[in-house]
Amino acid sequence: MYKLLLCTRYLRTRYIALASVISVMLGVATMIVVNSVMAGFSNEMRDRIKGVLSDIVIETNGLNGEKNPEAMKALIQRTCPDQIVGMAATVEIYGMVTFEYAGQWITRPISLIGIDPASKAEVGPLVDYLQSYRPNKDVPGLPEPPERKADEPAGWNLTPKAQAYRTEWAQRAAWFQEQSNADRAHRRGGSETPEAQQPVAAATTPADGEADASAQATAVPPQPVNPFENEEATLDEPTGPSNLGAPLPGRLYVGAGLVSFPDEDPETGKIVTHWMAKPGDDVKISTVTATTPPQPVYFNATIVDTFKSGMSEYDSTLVFCNLDYLQQARGMIDPATQERSVTSIQIKLRDFREAAQVVKRLEAVFPPGLFQVKTWEKKQGPLLAAVDIESSILNVLLFLIITVAGFGILAIFFMIVVEKTRDIGILKALGASSSGVMSIFLSYGLSLGMVGAGGGVLVGLLFVKNINTIEGALTWLTGRKVFDERIYYFPSIPTRVDPFMVCWVAAGAMAIAVLASILPARRAARLEPVRALRAD
Amino acid sequence: MQAVLSATPQWVETRHKEPKPLNLHIAAFGVSKAYRKGEHQVPVLRGVDIAVQRGEFLSIIGQSGSGKSTLLHVLGLLDSPDAGEIHLGSQRIDDLAVKTRDELRNRVFGFVFQFYHLLPELNVLENVLAPLMIRESIWTYWKNRRTHAERAKHFINKVGLGHRLTHRPSELSGGELQRAAIARALVGQPQILLADEPTGNLDERTGREILDLLAGLNSSEKLTILMVTHDKSIAAEAHRTVRLTDGRIEGLDIR
Repeated sequence: MYKLLLCTRYLRTRYIALASVISVMLGVATMIVVNSVMAGFSNEMRDRIKGVLSDIVIETNGLNGEKNPEAMKALIQRTCPDQIVGMAATVEIYGMVTFEYAGQWITRPISLIGIDPASKAEVGPLVDYLQSYRPNKDVPGLPEPPERKADEPAGWNLTPKAQAYRTEWAQRAAWFQEQSNADRAHRRGGSETPEAQQPVAAATTPADGEADASAQATAVPPQPVNPFENEEATLDEPTGPSNLGAPLPGRLYVGAGLVSFPDEDPETGKIVTHWMAKPGDDVKISTVTATTPPQPVYFNATIVDTFKSGMSEYDSTLVFCNLDYLQQARGMIDPATQERSVTSIQIKLRDFREAAQVVKRLEAVFPPGLFQVKTWEKKQGPLLAAVDIESSILNVLLFLIITVAGFGILAIFFMIVVEKTRDIGILKALGASSSGVMSIFLSYGLSLGMVGAGGGVLVGLLFVKNINTIEGALTWLTGRKVFDERIYYFPSIPTRVDPFMVCWVAAGAMAIAVLASILPARRAARLEPVRALRAD
Repeated sequence: MQAVLSATPQWVETRHKEPKPLNLHIAAFGVSKAYRKGEHQVPVLRGVDIAVQRGEFLSIIGQSGSGKSTLLHVLGLLDSPDAGEIHLGSQRIDDLAVKTRDELRNRVFGFVFQFYHLLPELNVLENVLAPLMIRESIWTYWKNRRTHAERAKHFINKVGLGHRLTHRPSELSGGELQRAAIARALVGQPQILLADEPTGNLDERTGREILDLLAGLNSSEKLTILMVTHDKSIAAEAHRTVRLTDGRIEGLDIR
C-alpha cells in the first residue's frame, strides 16, 4: 500500500520527472501521427492499385494470348465457385502512344490494356477514375459539374462536350482541306514542288493500312505545324467526310499523366494542368501483332476519356483500349472460327483474404508454363514492400526517440534515488523489504510511462483527427502549400488509425519507461538501511 | 517468524505485571561490528554483551563514535553483527532470513531517530500509518483502512498531535516531529522501542517533554525501551544506564 501511496505522491511532487515524461509523450504522439498517415497513404494507394488491377490476374506468358476466354472463365468458375464475384477478359500488351503537341511529335511507352467496360466494371471501380465522371477542377472558379452522371455505365462514346470539340475541329479541317485543295488547284502548273510531293505522301496512305494523313499535312509548306493534322486523318477514314467528326473505331481511355503536365503559372504562382491531348483528339498507338513472329502494327484511335487513378505509375503508363478493336488490330481473331484471344483474365474475389487459397487452386488448374496466377499485391510487390520498409524504418527511428526519453528517465531516476536515500532507509527501518522498495520505483517508472504514453496517445490522436486543419494553418502561416493535392493526388491528407498500432506504441513506451527505471530501482533496493539513514 | 512471536508472550498480556528480574526480552551476546573505511577496518563494537528485561527502560550512554547507535541498529536488525548473536526472548534473530528480519522490524521493533526521519511527501497521519501499510498488502490494508486510521489517530492523540493530522513534516516544529515519529513507532504495537538520541535535536524543555512521554509509555504500556544518548541527565530518566566506551560496555549504573 505504501508503494502505491509513495508512488503517486512522488508523481505529484517531482515535476522534474514529468519533464522527462514530455519526451516520451512527444515520441508516442509522433509515432502515432506518422503511422496513421503512412497507413492512410498505403491504404489509399492499395485501394487505387486494386481498383485498376483487380484482385487476381491470370496472365498468359506469351503475348499471343489464349483462345476461348469463355471456356477459361468457366474453368475458373468451376475451380472456385464460391469465391469469385466477377471476371473480365483483357488483352494486356506493351506499346507506344504518339501524339502531337506544340509542333512536336511526342511518343511515350505505354501498357495497353484492351477491356470491355461492362465486364471491367465487374472487377474494379473503373468509372470512379474516369475524368468525365468527376467535377472538372481545371477551369478557374467553381468546379464544373461532372459531364456524365455517376450511374451511367462506362462506354466508348464521347461526351457531348468532347463530341462538339471534335466536330468543330473536323469542320475546320474540312474547310482547310478545301482551301488547300483549291489553292493547290490554283497553283497547279505554276510550281512543281507541291505536286511532286503530293503523290509521295498519298502513296504512303494506302500502304499504311491505317490512314496517316498527318504526314501529308506536314508536307504542306505554309503550315508545317497546324492543329488540323489529326482531324485530317479523320477525313481519310472510311467513314468519310459525310460523317464529319465521328470518332474512329479505336477508342481509348488514356492515363492523365500521359497527356498532361502540371505547370506553375509564373504570374499567379498557381499550378495549372496543361493538356496535350483531350478527349475527342486522335492519337496513334503502336504495338505488335499476335502473329508469329510478332509484327509491328499501329493504328489511330480517338481518346474518349482520360483517367486518373491517383497512382502516378498507372496514370503515366496505362492506356485502355476497346477490346474488340485491339483484338482486331493485333490479329487476335481467328479468321476461320472467329474465335477471339485474350492475354489475361482479371478476377474479383468476394473476400480478398481468400486470395492465397484461390491462387493455389487456380495454379493447379492453369499450367505454370503457360499461365501466371498473381494477386495484385504480388504484381505490385516491390512498391508495397518499399512502402512497408519505409514505414518500418520510420518506426525504428521514432522508437529510438522514445528510447532517448527512456535514458532521460534513467538519469532523473538516479537523481531521485540519491535524493530519497534517507527515505528508503526509513522505509526499511519500518520493515519494508528490498523488493518493496524496488517496486516503488518500478511502479513510479511505469506510471511515468503511463502518463507519457496516455498523453502521447491523446495528443497523437487529436493531431491525426485535425491534421488537415493543422495543415491549413501551417499553409497559412508559412504561405506555402504544405500538402499539395496535385503532387500527392490526394485532396486531403489520408489517415488511418490502427487501434493495434496505438496499443503497441503505448505499450512500448511504457515498457521503455519501466526498463529505464529498473537500474535505479535496483540501486534503491540494495541500499542498506543503516547507510541510507546515515546520509544526513 | 511464528516461532519467534510465540516464544515471546505478547506484551499486551505482560504489561499489567511488574517486570520480573531476569525476564530477558532482548539481548546481545559478544556482538562485534566493524566498518570499512577505505582500506581500513574500523572496529565499532568489540564484543558487547547486553541484556534488557521485559518492560525495562534502559539507556545506553556514550561519547559520539562510541558505537552506541550501531549497537542500537544491530539490536533492531537494521544492521547485522560481524560476530555475536542477538536474541529476542530465547530465540536468536540475527541469522534469520531477510524477509523474516524485515517483518520483525515491522512488528517487534519501533524506531525513534535523532533526526525524526519522517517521510517529507506524507502528512502526519500518513507517516504514522506507514508501518501498517508496509505490514499489510494493498487489499487487506484497504479492507482495514478505517480501523487503521482510528488506531493511528489514537496514537497521534496520545503524543498530543491531534491538531496536526494533515500537516506535512515541513510544517512542524522539532518537538512535534519527534512526537509524530514516536506515534509512528507505536502504531505497529511493537514490543521494543529503540530510541536513538530522541532528544538530541531538541531544546531542553521539548526534550524533557519527549522524555516524559517515553517514560510514561514505559510505565503505562510496559513497553521495553532502549534509549541511546550522550547526555547524562537524560540517561538518568531510565531505569538503568549502560556506558559504552570504545565499543565495549564499561560500567553499569543501576538506579
